[in-house]
Amino acid sequence: MLLFDTYVQKLKYKVLKEVAIHAYNDTLRDCYLDIPKVISPGPESELRCCIYKERAIAAERVKLAMGGDKNNDNIVEVIGIACDECPVSGYKVGPDCRGCLAHRCSSACPRDAITFDEKHHAHINPDKCVNCGKCASQCPYSAIQNHVRPCERACKVKAISQGENHVAQIDDSKCIQCGACVYQCPFGAVQDKSFLLDAIQMIRESDDNKKYKVYAVVAPSIASQFRYAKLGQVITALRRLGFFNVVEAALGADMVAYQEAKELSEKGFLTSSCCPAFVTYIEKAFPKLKPLISHNLSPMAEVSKFIKATDPDAKIVFIGPCTAKKHEVQLPSVKPYVDCALTFEELQAWIDSRELDLPALEEDVLDNASFFGRIFARSGGLSDSVKQALAEQKNEDFILNPIACDGIEQCRLALLKKEKNVLKENFIEGMACVGGCIGGAGCLTHGDKDKSEVDKYGKEAYEKNITDALAQCSYHMDK
Amino acid sequence: MKITICIGSSCHLKGSRQIVEELQRLVAENDLKDQVELAGKFCMGNCQNGVCVTLDEENFSLKPEDTKSFFENEVLKRLK
Repeated sequence: MLLFDTYVQKLKYKVLKEVAIHAYNDTLRDCYLDIPKVISPGPESELRCCIYKERAIAAERVKLAMGGDKNNDNIVEVIGIACDECPVSGYKVGPDCRGCLAHRCSSACPRDAITFDEKHHAHINPDKCVNCGKCASQCPYSAIQNHVRPCERACKVKAISQGENHVAQIDDSKCIQCGACVYQCPFGAVQDKSFLLDAIQMIRESDDNKKYKVYAVVAPSIASQFRYAKLGQVITALRRLGFFNVVEAALGADMVAYQEAKELSEKGFLTSSCCPAFVTYIEKAFPKLKPLISHNLSPMAEVSKFIKATDPDAKIVFIGPCTAKKHEVQLPSVKPYVDCALTFEELQAWIDSRELDLPALEEDVLDNASFFGRIFARSGGLSDSVKQALAEQKNEDFILNPIACDGIEQCRLALLKKEKNVLKENFIEGMACVGGCIGGAGCLTHGDKDKSEVDKYGKEAYEKNITDALAQCSYHMDK
Repeated sequence: MKITICIGSSCHLKGSRQIVEELQRLVAENDLKDQVELAGKFCMGNCQNGVCVTLDEENFSLKPEDTKSFFENEVLKRLK
């Protein structure tokens, strides 16, 4: 079974794994400069123009695996020398142009930018073209295509553009750190910083959880990950890595659903606050709507807050599909509760650096949340859960009319409508990634069955409703 | 007096929620909220013998159906 969707992910993984091995051997400081040679042994280059460039890029990946540029607050960084400077030509007529007689393309063009040669083949004058795309929509042979850089196409908040020397650059004032560009760049030239070393250090310095206990909080999207092993084996691996205990972030989702239902029925309108990239998007692109964001912490932060209430010295590492979570844990409102955020990609590298063979491990259990907390991992789950919470609270006065948006384009449309007061729904569930968290950039794999895997995992939960899942922490919530 | 109930996954599957609910009910019913504090903990390191419960410093291993007798024989008896 494929471990990753792409070779770019595998490259990142190889670097992370080497960094983790050196960290455990206490050889990182002396040897980190040797890692590129392990990644690209040579003598011939396999991936780039020469072995030296290949290694130089690997060295940049090592830096990112070790936390990246401390002076750059953005979790996502461009590796300048890895950027292949993809051509940017906008709309172009391709070889499928049949030289037809109708010339719908030129009729549709508002700028008179299309000319024809003697064989009636269309040509676009780049000086006149404004990239409106009307010609492409008219061509009966789909011969006109928009050539956009994959990173720019992936970035739905338009934060990526061409900088100096055609190298991609990120506009931090727009970037929401969703990681779409990281996953989509075919050359791996955009990458998220890793805090794996922080997590390893936290565990090692705990002296086998004697000085303080380190908890892993795992996102419910794990249901669609590590498909070559059983979830219980992943939990065992986390215990072997040294975590004192593993807790479902989905329990925090149960808490959020319950509180969100109350806040929503009081205020009459809310947007969700679970997805940190969506929240950042509202703050940056729709600042007027900021007061409408739910005041709840995210499920990750909510459950971590609870864990720290049961164990004030606890340290918490969140593991999920999300690059934006790495930013969220640095926010003043979340920092006291979560100490580090990792992705599933990083967990895979960590597990393999310790040579833990997942399919050979015995199975441990993971069960803290209800069905409804667990389905937060996929688009629509949060809305379903808020509906359920309203029912469990016997709130019949408030009629929930949610709109579940996955992907920034859908989110943008709903927010735009709300800003113009034409949105008929009263709750915006916003998830920056298509499909919800299962579409996250930090996932190992993305597949068609991910949603059904999440629903299946939800149904396996011991607790069938939110109230029951919360009953185990009710003494805490009373306070 | 502090009763801590393990709510880690393993104990949760063995019914720690039912024990929490039952203890909460018994504490309220007997008007002991000021004397008895309930708390949760994720894992007490004795998963095989769950549900793990500690009464002040002493460890107990409970099943949901034992909760009432635990409350009467251990909790009530110790209250001064």
